[in-house]
Amino acid sequence: MINLLWLQSSGCGGCTMSLLNAESPDLLASLEAAGVNLLWHPSLSEQSGSEVRALLQELVDGEQRLDVLCLEGAVVCGPNGSGRFHVLAGTGVPMMAWVERLAARARYVVAVGSCASYGGVSSAGTNPAEVRGLQYDGEQRGGLLGGDYRSGAGAEVINVAGCPPHPNWITETLMGLSLEELDNRQLDPLGRPRFYADHLVHHGCPRNEFYEYKASARQASDNGCLMEHMGCIGTQAHGDCNIRLWNGQGSCTRGGFACINCTAPEFEEPGHPFVETPKLAGIPVGLPTDMPKAWFVALSSLSKAATPERLKENAVSDHIKVAPKIHTRKKR
Amino acid sequence: MSRIVVGPFNRVEGDLEVKLDIDQGRVNQAWINCTLYRGFEQMLVGKSPRDALVYTPRICGICSVSQSVAAARALADLQQAEVPENGELAANLILANENLADHISHFYLFFMPDFARAVYAGEFWYARVAKRFQAVKGSAAAQVIPARAEFLHLMGILAGKWPHSLAIQPGGLSKGIQPQERLRLLAILKGFRRFLERVTFGDSLEAIAGLSSITDLERWAESRDSDLALFVRLAEALNLASLGRGGDRFMSFGNYPLDGQPTLAPGVWEGGLQALDRSRISEDVSHSWMAQNEVCLPPGRGETRPDLDKPDGYSWCKAPRLDGTVVEVGALARQVVDGQPLARALVAESGSNVRNRVVMRLVEVARTLMRMEGWAAALKPEQPCYRDPGQVPDGTGVGMIEAARGSLGHWIRVEQGRIANYQIIAPTTWNFSPRDQAGQPGALEQALAGTPVREGEQDPVAVQHVVRSFDPCMVCTVH
Repeated sequence: MINLLWLQSSGCGGCTMSLLNAESPDLLASLEAAGVNLLWHPSLSEQSGSEVRALLQELVDGEQRLDVLCLEGAVVCGPNGSGRFHVLAGTGVPMMAWVERLAARARYVVAVGSCASYGGVSSAGTNPAEVRGLQYDGEQRGGLLGGDYRSGAGAEVINVAGCPPHPNWITETLMGLSLEELDNRQLDPLGRPRFYADHLVHHGCPRNEFYEYKASARQASDNGCLMEHMGCIGTQAHGDCNIRLWNGQGSCTRGGFACINCTAPEFEEPGHPFVETPKLAGIPVGLPTDMPKAWFVALSSLSKAATPERLKENAVSDHIKVAPKIHTRKKR
Repeated sequence: MSRIVVGPFNRVEGDLEVKLDIDQGRVNQAWINCTLYRGFEQMLVGKSPRDALVYTPRICGICSVSQSVAAARALADLQQAEVPENGELAANLILANENLADHISHFYLFFMPDFARAVYAGEFWYARVAKRFQAVKGSAAAQVIPARAEFLHLMGILAGKWPHSLAIQPGGLSKGIQPQERLRLLAILKGFRRFLERVTFGDSLEAIAGLSSITDLERWAESRDSDLALFVRLAEALNLASLGRGGDRFMSFGNYPLDGQPTLAPGVWEGGLQALDRSRISEDVSHSWMAQNEVCLPPGRGETRPDLDKPDGYSWCKAPRLDGTVVEVGALARQVVDGQPLARALVAESGSNVRNRVVMRLVEVARTLMRMEGWAAALKPEQPCYRDPGQVPDGTGVGMIEAARGSLGHWIRVEQGRIANYQIIAPTTWNFSPRDQAGQPGALEQALAGTPVREGEQDPVAVQHVVRSFDPCMVCTVH
């Protein structure tokens, strides 16, 4: 059994809500499979008030073993480094200080979601609450615990980044930790578990054929590729969102809207409106990952010239206007 | 007289601290503190208006779609956007899906586990209730969590994912609806109906929606074996109708429009129905850690400047008032305003209280799921779901909707193509507000007065019932 404590700070609770969507098996079965002994979770546990304060003190004092500390939400450091924009209710002590003390005791620390990982949406705009991630401050290593932090088991902070993360990204991370199979080598250079971060959102996107021929959506509800005009950066975003689906059969691009790269640090400030593709001389500024620009331009103009009528028409429609031709063995 | 502080207060969404003055075994006065400040209204200033659709859902993971719908409505108001019928139906389905999933999570995961606490071990009903509703381990959690996840497959089809979808746009839905998707929606709704009828109600949705008097409800509960019936009997044993008595002034912004008109009525109820005059809404910061040029401002001119050194401040929450008065929002308020007979009867008999809030949340689940079936059936897959409203002009817009927890409003002002001001009043901002300049406590602060406290209790169980009966969402409250 692994003792797990879950805390929330500057976030929206959406990672927990996503976690509750776990299926095949459901959340409680998944936690059982991971051998999780839930010490406390803010949305699920019975204990409230003094019972929780006593538990936290026991963990800080080392009287009870803390195997996994999960933090959902960014660490609040404002105003002026005091952390008082988030005092843990009932304790008079900023959450920032509680997290620091508990991280010193934990065998593993898991940053659940992009806020806890890098700051995320909680750090958008002028970052009014002065928030940071646990081991990162945006793209920079640092954060509350510092770039050199290692947990009791010698691990970096595990960044289950995503806004929100897929429920199974969280449950599989917990299973990996429980089985001692998830170490630093299983993390990508941004601290994300490779099992989902080594895929691109583009992989498995049902709009791939439109992408191949640059048959693009012009407005919301069009079926075409969302990259050219609608702000989609699924060809650069790390995540297996279109391979393992969301809420049964969904994903962002299946829902008709852009992938905004929510697993990446600083996605919250793209430097342009989210649903508009920034372009230079008519060519999208952001190129598909690992693709040389000259080739992209050459292939795009070639594929655009070759776009079948079916894709041209369907790309700017909200339903299939032209069905694919049926190939028969004998010509009629 | 003694004073205690209850926190961290869990099984509410977000961070909550409750300070209580206790006198002769009862709460004398209460102060509610929302202990987390993030500053979304500050983040939004200077952004492209449509980016509000990305940021505002992330105010809250449990009311994500509600924030999304309110933002889309505020933009649609500004753009004079027209939404095709399919777009309205789809948005209603998505919003209702979230609202019902939240109601069910609240009842089973947040509210009921308190009755499994050891403090009740001597009660005649304890063994059964504890076995059913104990946090995480009870038999209900194991049934409800998968049923809720499956119900949210509606989101996978219509909204891409939940939480944090970009599917709801000022001009409608970001995708068309395919014929087989409509069929899947009907099947998902049927699946959830089965769950509710077998587990939650032990009766048809129609029977629950048709309960029209207290005698009806009590007689029904005597003869049924279901979670709602168990709660009604428990409420009688613990006299929950006398606990957490609120101020009996209710508000609803109205919801679920078809042809641009709400199908759930807006209004104010105080012994009788009055029209809602939205120009009478203002936010008071006299007891908030917030600076404002005037103590009280309408949201269209509201300001967001945190000020931790404010002498009378004790919460990050502002105090919204309607015409200077405190109103309660939520499912009970919504159903009373809409004229649901049982809601009117319960309020006439005992006002707002723990039992009535919880019962009406579940009755609302029954009523709303029936409507959802109608909306899904009415979708026309060959018709558009979206009409492009073009660029966002400069000007102001207001989006007012009903989220699971009550009335939610967004007020946007755009200047030179950028957001110049964005103000949000969330349901729990109304219910959990601090005192105002007239010294009036907020709705929960009033409801807590008189709550019994047992000898030696550090986290009074009755206080927990009252607080959770509102189904608070603290991340929305302060944002």
